[in-house]
Amino acid sequence: MRRNLILGTGLSAMFAGAALLSFFWVPFDIGALDIANKIKPPSGAHWLGTDHFGRDILSMIMVGGRTSIAVALVAVGIGMGLGVPLGLAAAVQRGGWLDEGIMRANDLIFAFPSLLIAIMITAVFGASAVNAIIAIGIFNIPVFARLTRGAALGLWTRDFVLAARVAGKGAVRISCEHILPNLVNLLIVQGTIQFSLGILAEAGLSYVGLGAQPPVPSWGRMLADSQTMISFAPHMALSPGLAILLTVLGLNLMGDGLRDLLDPRLQRGQR
Amino acid sequence: MSLLQVENLRVELGGAPVLQDVSLRVASGQIVGVIGESGSGKSMTALAVMQLLPPGARCTGQVALKGQDMLALTERQLCRMRGRDVGIVFQEPMTALNPLQTIGQQVAETILIHEIVSRAEAMARAARTLERVELQVPPTRYPHELSGGQRQRVCIAMAIALRPELLIADEPTTALDVTTQKGVLDLLKQLVAEDGMGLLLISHDLGVVADMADQIVIMQRGQVVETGRFCDLRHSYSKALLAASDHVPDRTGAGSEAPLLQLRDVVRDYPTPRKGWLGKPGRFRAVDRVSFEIRRGENLGLVGESGCGKSTLTRAILGLEAVQEGTILLGGQPVYDGQRANRSIRRRMQMVFQDPYSSFNPRHRVGRLVSEPFHLLETAPQGVEKERVIAEALESVGLQAADRHKFIHEFSGGQRQRIALARALIIRPDLIVLDEAVSALDVQVRAQMLDLLADLGDRFGLTYLFISHDLSVVRNVTDRVVVMRAGRIVEEGKTGEVFENPKNIYTKQLLATIPRLPENA
Amino acid sequence: MLRYVLQRLVSLCLSLLVASAVIFLALEIVPGDPAAYMLGLNAQEDTLAALRDELGLNGTALQRYGSWLSGMLHGDFGISYTYRTPVAEMIGDRLWVSLPLALFALGLSCLIAFPAALWAASRRGTLGELGVMGMTQLGIAIPNFWFAMLMVLIFAVNLRWFPAGGFAGWEEGLFAGLKSLTLPAVALALPQASILTRVMRSALLDTLGEDFIRTARAKGLTRGQALRRHALRNAMIPVLTIIGLQFSFLLAGAIIIENVFFLPGLGRLVFQAISARDLIVVESVVMLLVFAVILVNFTVDLAYAWVDPRLRGRR
Repeated sequence: MRRNLILGTGLSAMFAGAALLSFFWVPFDIGALDIANKIKPPSGAHWLGTDHFGRDILSMIMVGGRTSIAVALVAVGIGMGLGVPLGLAAAVQRGGWLDEGIMRANDLIFAFPSLLIAIMITAVFGASAVNAIIAIGIFNIPVFARLTRGAALGLWTRDFVLAARVAGKGAVRISCEHILPNLVNLLIVQGTIQFSLGILAEAGLSYVGLGAQPPVPSWGRMLADSQTMISFAPHMALSPGLAILLTVLGLNLMGDGLRDLLDPRLQRGQR
Repeated sequence: MSLLQVENLRVELGGAPVLQDVSLRVASGQIVGVIGESGSGKSMTALAVMQLLPPGARCTGQVALKGQDMLALTERQLCRMRGRDVGIVFQEPMTALNPLQTIGQQVAETILIHEIVSRAEAMARAARTLERVELQVPPTRYPHELSGGQRQRVCIAMAIALRPELLIADEPTTALDVTTQKGVLDLLKQLVAEDGMGLLLISHDLGVVADMADQIVIMQRGQVVETGRFCDLRHSYSKALLAASDHVPDRTGAGSEAPLLQLRDVVRDYPTPRKGWLGKPGRFRAVDRVSFEIRRGENLGLVGESGCGKSTLTRAILGLEAVQEGTILLGGQPVYDGQRANRSIRRRMQMVFQDPYSSFNPRHRVGRLVSEPFHLLETAPQGVEKERVIAEALESVGLQAADRHKFIHEFSGGQRQRIALARALIIRPDLIVLDEAVSALDVQVRAQMLDLLADLGDRFGLTYLFISHDLSVVRNVTDRVVVMRAGRIVEEGKTGEVFENPKNIYTKQLLATIPRLPENA
Repeated sequence: MLRYVLQRLVSLCLSLLVASAVIFLALEIVPGDPAAYMLGLNAQEDTLAALRDELGLNGTALQRYGSWLSGMLHGDFGISYTYRTPVAEMIGDRLWVSLPLALFALGLSCLIAFPAALWAASRRGTLGELGVMGMTQLGIAIPNFWFAMLMVLIFAVNLRWFPAGGFAGWEEGLFAGLKSLTLPAVALALPQASILTRVMRSALLDTLGEDFIRTARAKGLTRGQALRRHALRNAMIPVLTIIGLQFSFLLAGAIIIENVFFLPGLGRLVFQAISARDLIVVESVVMLLVFAVILVNFTVDLAYAWVDPRLRGRR
């Protein structure tokens, strides 16, 4: 299924590229209000129309993509950066106190409704992109910890790990040299999935006003703004929603494609 | 007319032929053995007879069961025949049963699918069938409560519940312990005699099939090489197989008197999960007061069935885990001093594992894999010197120096075991532990590997600890043998003496399971 | 079996205890004094003290934790700081919206996912399977609040089949109540159904590759019979996990959808309480939701034991 990978990478690259491009060039300045041209449907000048302040929606989406992608990306980084070492450590001593402790803490985080806690964090400590990152990132930690532990436990029973122990290598060295490299594929795939979930979560948070604050545009906030005008200006609601949908879809397809691409090779190598 | 008649069978998987021109016949009451190494297409032949080939397989030729051409039948007609006219028993009893249904239900299902009977009657008949296969557990048990041998009997019961005229057994004993194997084979023989079934018995092990089968079909690379009675086999491949399965490598050294490895009253306990919330954690004694020694230059065989404590003992010998009581000395020094393994002792021991596929990190190149034990050295060779040592190790096991740039998946199973041996040799240890190191190999490759081991042993003055369940290999390559059961040593002695004249009753049972090839082959 | 249940029960109680401690501690470190927040900047010191006393804000942290915990055990969740009404009542009212909504959405999700997954798994490699899987990709990627907005545009604004928002109340009759929950439930169910379909399909395909399916086929079962009699129940184990997770998510995660449809559910209650620093409400609702999650996990554990004899016999 190379189709998935090509389509997914293409879509993701398109939105990431547009967000990057917005640092250097956008069709219209989104800081400038143009009340005369407010709520215009798509036209030759404004490809996706304008919003209630007369801002160009295409430019808004390009700039808004920066926030979504940055928040989701850093949140995945937090999850991987903390979750993977924790999972590796837990797998070293299966059933030991460290393993028990890490896994119980994971269960506890899973017991809390994630969106609710994210809302609490952002509401209590103030609504900002940074707090949104932390809120989303916290829930990525147990995901990666659990995934890493599960896969690492399987690898620890393999003979090549025993061979490394016979060669006198310690747990940390084995984790770095033998366990982690064999988890990379799995982590890439899960990373893409968490990335797309992060984009959805960020959109949700900024939709209820707890993500990036104005005037920084974000896709969720654009949707919230459009809600009251949806009956007479559906174009305002359509394009940000499609942007979220297509980015997430692209990332998911890319994840699926990567899994298909990386899996058989891994299996051929081992089996 | 034959019960089963396969003519010019050809099967293609994804366009590539896996079976070509296969012809064989099975008559009622006859046992036909199909022998071949892995990848010879013997299992594919069985699946083709059942018409249960994997999706994407193309099947041409003729498969006639009771005169019906199986290739021409519709799926519905095939379903009506499977289980009623032909039954099959697969290799892996641990996964062949549905874990969520009782064994009685699963046997009764065969009956319910094909006959219009009440559920109660089907269960009653299932219970009788389970008695017939000499299973001593009630039909209300679930598969996970049964041992491998018991599960295989359930599989046989499912296959013969409706007394089919043909039974196919695809490596029915390969996954079982040797003492269990014999019971299952005897059962199959008895069922054939009672019901007058035809039996197509598939195996990689000539010994298993030789004294049971009326006819033997030898397969190689998807083709039938030879068909005939065992004593009439003439084809060179058949002969090579025969010779290799009982290969005795040449060896000069027989060991000195000086002990290299000494075990004294070694005990290894594992904590078991605590019972309930307040219960004490229990203990499981995997190795119970084991003592033996290996003399320098000697080949010692450690024999026992799965779960007897062999692997636990191995890990203790290698200093990977602490023992609870007793001492393990290598050259007079403990392998595990106090808190951690003794490095200067550990570099004198290396190991070769059973599974040639999982004993290498798939992401490293051969050079890095082979040089991993350098980690044990105080001053590991660097640069050019390192390259030279790696090349030397690879060449000593019959590979090429250039192979160090390749990845492990580019090698066959036999080559991988050679690489494993190179890895063990690279720091010139005194003792090499071979944990079922040749069990996963086909007979011919195994014979070559045994020759290589013997040659290297003589050349470098190595001492081998052979851990194996394969008694014929142990007989042919070891000087002394230790028999282990349930964590204890039950018998110890010179290999020849133990095999000729076993003292312990368990050893006698074990030895009785060695398949003996009929003379004059 | 009894042992298994008891063991799960003990671990359920322990989890609840730990969770309550975590919630309490988390809100302890939240900056700001609720009493000062309520009375504004110019409040007198003695009025403040009186209010603190009334709200039970005096005493050591341990004392307050103890009284909160024992209160909850008696069904007394305390008094809301802002509304001055018992929290238990407020939660009770909101639960009558959130619980039916969650069940409605979960029901829809299963109703869509089960047949879709079975259909896709039994037609491996066909165009139909490709179609179902494509739909699930879309269902997962679509932000549910946006999907909700689009449904409002089509079914409420243009077609006028359903109300655009608000909750009619159960007093208006079952039908009116369900009608106002239909669009929110569909919006919630769509992504959940997509996830469930994918999980169930791959669980089914995994089980179909197992040796015991081959055994079943060798007994003479057709492909469909093997799927229904042997694969389905084995595949239910991962599916049960996901259903459990989804229920707890639906109960708590509906906040955004409740916002879209102006539904007076638990999510909106917490949302408003957070903004008003009404910490006692936040504390109680979060505790209740965590309790629900843990209870659902307990039920799922029991369901496992019912499905899988290997767990029943253990210890």
